Amino acid sequence: MAEDSANSLWYEFKKGLWQDIPPFRLVLGTCPTLAVTNSIKNGIAMGLATLFVLICSNVAISALRKYVAVQVRIALYVVIIALFVTLADMFLAAMFPPISKALGPYVPLIVVNCIILGRAEAFAQKNAVVPSLMDALGIGLGFTMSLASMGFVRELLGFGTLLNFRVLGDWFEPWIVMILPAGAFVVFGSFIALVNWISHRKAAGSSSM
Amino acid sequence: MEEKTAEIKQGARLVVASSPHMRSVDSVPGIMHTVVMALFPVVAASVYYFGLRALLIIVVAVVSCLVTEYAVQKIRNKPVTIHDGSAIITGMLIGLMLPAGFPLFGVFLGSFFAIAVGKQLFGGLGFNIFNPALLGRAFMQATYPVLITTWVSPRTVQKAVDAVSAATPLALWKFEAKATLLSDLFFGNVAGSLGETSVIAILIGGLYLRWKGYVNWKLPLGYLGSMAVVSGIFWLYDPLRFASPLFHLCAGGAMLGAWFMVTDMVTSPTTPLGQWIFAIGGGVLAIIIRLFGGLPEGVMYSILFMNAFVPLINKHTRPKVFGEGVKE
Repeated sequence: MAEDSANSLWYEFKKGLWQDIPPFRLVLGTCPTLAVTNSIKNGIAMGLATLFVLICSNVAISALRKYVAVQVRIALYVVIIALFVTLADMFLAAMFPPISKALGPYVPLIVVNCIILGRAEAFAQKNAVVPSLMDALGIGLGFTMSLASMGFVRELLGFGTLLNFRVLGDWFEPWIVMILPAGAFVVFGSFIALVNWISHRKAAGSSSM
Repeated sequence: MEEKTAEIKQGARLVVASSPHMRSVDSVPGIMHTVVMALFPVVAASVYYFGLRALLIIVVAVVSCLVTEYAVQKIRNKPVTIHDGSAIITGMLIGLMLPAGFPLFGVFLGSFFAIAVGKQLFGGLGFNIFNPALLGRAFMQATYPVLITTWVSPRTVQKAVDAVSAATPLALWKFEAKATLLSDLFFGNVAGSLGETSVIAILIGGLYLRWKGYVNWKLPLGYLGSMAVVSGIFWLYDPLRFASPLFHLCAGGAMLGAWFMVTDMVTSPTTPLGQWIFAIGGGVLAIIIRLFGGLPEGVMYSILFMNAFVPLINKHTRPKVFGEGVKE
């Protein structure tokens, strides 16, 4: 029994990292994915802020799930999410002003990030606190990884740098398009294609065995 | 065909065939190779004005397009169609739309994007929404915005390693209020993209295509005509502030676009009314961008913009079948 629940907890965590990885498989949370991934640093900061909000809101909503009237649940979820978003926003502004400035309005906009409301609706309101926590950890880390990998490609090609450290020499002429919205869409589409391609190959491999 | 007639003459058998009964002798490779022929005067003019560097850029673009098409079709397990000539044309047009000093890696990147994203992702020739060459050029415009607007003066590339950089006639007019001699524009003795400067070379190629019957006259006429009318109205209103229609027709990419890109069979509408809407809309847009936009040139974006509307135009200009829609 204990093993079972450990396995299912591990599953709830793991699914966010590949099977349900938010922007690339669920195509949720695309707004921050496109808007703030022009560098790795911004991508990771955005991902971690979302991870924090997701964990707190999932746990809170899961804990309150038996006391909430169904008719008003969405309103309550938004208020809960807004509370943690405000905390994250103020924390960033106080501790990391440059990052807060770079992310601009996208930190407050986490309130309307559909990943968070989606996990609340699809998972936290039906499950106990610990599975909800694992679910939030997995999805949040998957989201952070996705934003970081988008930021990796865009920063490398758009500026020739990684984490502000110049890795490509003077011969490299930066691809300005990669730091523009158009480049974000191109990279996003390429990542979706890559993730689909890998999982198709995986599926084909496992079915033939 | 001869066998069938022979059979009919013998009266051996009743021949039942499904439509189409009349077939054109045109084929995709035939049309494409005629377009390649039509582009030769333009290529020759670009080599004349910008030296062998122009030829190098065009060759690199063509080879990159062919390699990309081959690679994508191999990866996707599709029949390889590089022999049909469409990738050659895309490559030639990309090369002709770039400035002489453009880096060769950029030429490759634009060609790769044009074929891989602009054409093969949509399903290959005949399925692409946007003109692949223009899409590649637009990608380059966003990727290397400085390099792609670093023009060189004509006939300076051979003489020195560092060619003399210069502004295009449109940029001169827009930002410095300087006019350019119409004769220079007509023969191509101005700064600009390799293939867009020489009006006479483009006209020779375009009229050859028209003579071969592969250009629908509505498209260049509608595009250039609406450009002339709209710019003419502004010119009559204030000839000092706005350039003459003749200048607008001869400067920039208007001629190259009107003859070789607006007329792209895949990305232009199929109905006569739709072709008028498409061509006139593009011409008006190009002039509006030139006169009021931030950029000096608007031909590329105007054609791409109208490309996006082609499915919609086709849908709403479909001719009615006889008797359809009559009230009882």
